[in-house]
Amino acid sequence: MSAVMTIEELRAGLAWRKNLDKVFVVVGLLILMSCLGLLALLFLDLVRDGAARFGWDFLTQFPSRKAERAGILSAWVGTSMIMLVTALVALPIGVAAAIYLEEYAPKNWITGVIEINVTNLAGVPSIVYGLLALGLFVYQFGLGQSVLAAGLTLALLILPIIIVGTREALRAVPKAIREAAYGLGATRWEVTKDHVLPYSTGGILTGLILGLSRAIGETAPIITIGALSFIAFLPGSPVTGEFPFVNFEWLKSEFTAMPIQIFNWVSRPDQAFQQNAAAAAAILLGMTLAMNAVAIWIRYRFRKKINW
Amino acid sequence: MRRIGERLMSATTATRSTAMGKGAFSSRAYRKYRDRVVELVLLACALVAVFTTIAIVVILVVESSYFFEHVTIREFLTDTMWTPLFEDAHYGIMPLVSGTLTVTFVALLVAIPLGTIIAIYLSEFATHRVRETVKPVLELLGAVPTVVYGYFALLMVTPFLQQFMPNLPGFNMLSAGLVIGLMIVPYVASVSEDAMRAVPRYMREGSYAMGATRLQTALRVVVPGAFSGIAAAYILGISRAIGETMVVAIAAGMQPTLTFNPTEPAATITAYIVQVSLGDLPHDSIGYQSIFAAGLVLMLMTLVFNVIGFFLTRRFREAY
Repeated sequence: MSAVMTIEELRAGLAWRKNLDKVFVVVGLLILMSCLGLLALLFLDLVRDGAARFGWDFLTQFPSRKAERAGILSAWVGTSMIMLVTALVALPIGVAAAIYLEEYAPKNWITGVIEINVTNLAGVPSIVYGLLALGLFVYQFGLGQSVLAAGLTLALLILPIIIVGTREALRAVPKAIREAAYGLGATRWEVTKDHVLPYSTGGILTGLILGLSRAIGETAPIITIGALSFIAFLPGSPVTGEFPFVNFEWLKSEFTAMPIQIFNWVSRPDQAFQQNAAAAAAILLGMTLAMNAVAIWIRYRFRKKINW
Repeated sequence: MRRIGERLMSATTATRSTAMGKGAFSSRAYRKYRDRVVELVLLACALVAVFTTIAIVVILVVESSYFFEHVTIREFLTDTMWTPLFEDAHYGIMPLVSGTLTVTFVALLVAIPLGTIIAIYLSEFATHRVRETVKPVLELLGAVPTVVYGYFALLMVTPFLQQFMPNLPGFNMLSAGLVIGLMIVPYVASVSEDAMRAVPRYMREGSYAMGATRLQTALRVVVPGAFSGIAAAYILGISRAIGETMVVAIAAGMQPTLTFNPTEPAATITAYIVQVSLGDLPHDSIGYQSIFAAGLVLMLMTLVFNVIGFFLTRRFREAY
């Protein structure tokens, strides 16, 4: 500043700059609120459009050529089965990988390569996982267009989410706990299994739920492996009345899933089907938001409860 | 601490029982051996990530090599029509690339300003309480299933835009891009906010001491200081928008057209893959193989952005 300012000019300038601050706060809040408002608007609109279709029948009927008789039975059963496979595959592998990277991994090039891969996989578009599954699971392994193939695909997709979540949880456990256990002669695995893991359950659970909430809405990869949208039967029940009480036929069954059903209905020009799409989308969105809410709540509870 | 107590107890009992011969604790050699096995199992699980990447590359390259036996790379890159499913087949990827880039551009026009303003607000202006409440809620925007966003784009945003633009077709890239932009706002905001918060406090305090207001400090000290991190947020946002599938498949129409006009319908690379997957082409037909070639292009595009983003985030972490 070349000219010497009087005190009045300085004050006026400062007042002006402070007003700009206030304007920015208002703008920031407005933008934030309108983003959240749009989310609320979307949900309310889905509920309003789909209102006519909600009811027991919608949940217990198969898809149909007639919009008013169509339901989402095969879709939600398919989705539940896929989520079961995804969780059973992704949780152990993801947690084990995170334990290795956080507790065991020496600083060498193999660890570096694994780290880069985890970061990179989190950014791979979901449809590329679909192409991978199509080439590998459906054709090379001969799994066909089955519940198992879909579950494995989504498990690979959410693996980075679970790994990152678990690593954060493990990192939050203080060093002192580990050192105390080592001091008493525990081996590394005993330290991890008996001391570090129990303290990180909350974080691991949060990661799993967030991963599943991502998987439940993924449409593109399971369209790519060839999910059908018109399925008027249910895969065999996983639990049977006769010995050995479990049945794995359902893994090989063809399937449909909630997002596939929504996609199919929304693509039809007929407005009655779009109502069905709205109702199913409201249910799917409600499930996703509920899972996220549970994850946030668990994270909050554990953060509050643990006092090192 | 309670667990450590338990271990201490069992350790003392163990010493007592080893004195008596065989104890509750297994032999040292066995425990060491078990540890070694566990470590190998854990390593194998960690390597799944590496194998996934290798498998993606191998599958895309091998499957699209069949495609490139029929179509020259030159034709693939220079032909201006993409009609693999027609009688008169053309295999030029450019119409799909133009659609992808147009949608991404529209999405960034929404996501970059909104995401940056939200990040500055949360990092520099909001109180701790507000930030802790708003962040998880904002992340819900990114958690909404993409097929639901597709419904939103086709049946709410397009009719809304048609009130102002009567000539807008029912399928268009504009509403798809706008909705994808909204979808990646939380992502851009959260990565940029992390970068801004990594700027050390003393830099802000130096600025305040010179008489700067919060906004001046934010724009002239914090944002330049966090530049590489914010750039990483934008670049990772680009990569998300490029890979987004369902919104464009539902709302942008599926005809590959070489155009950069967002008010027209067009197909993106991802939408084309969905379109072919929905049909019932035989596995060995060239139309079917073409989705792997398209997937390879998609993978390469996002890979470039992901790698740049990876190195930029690494830089801002090491800066201070």
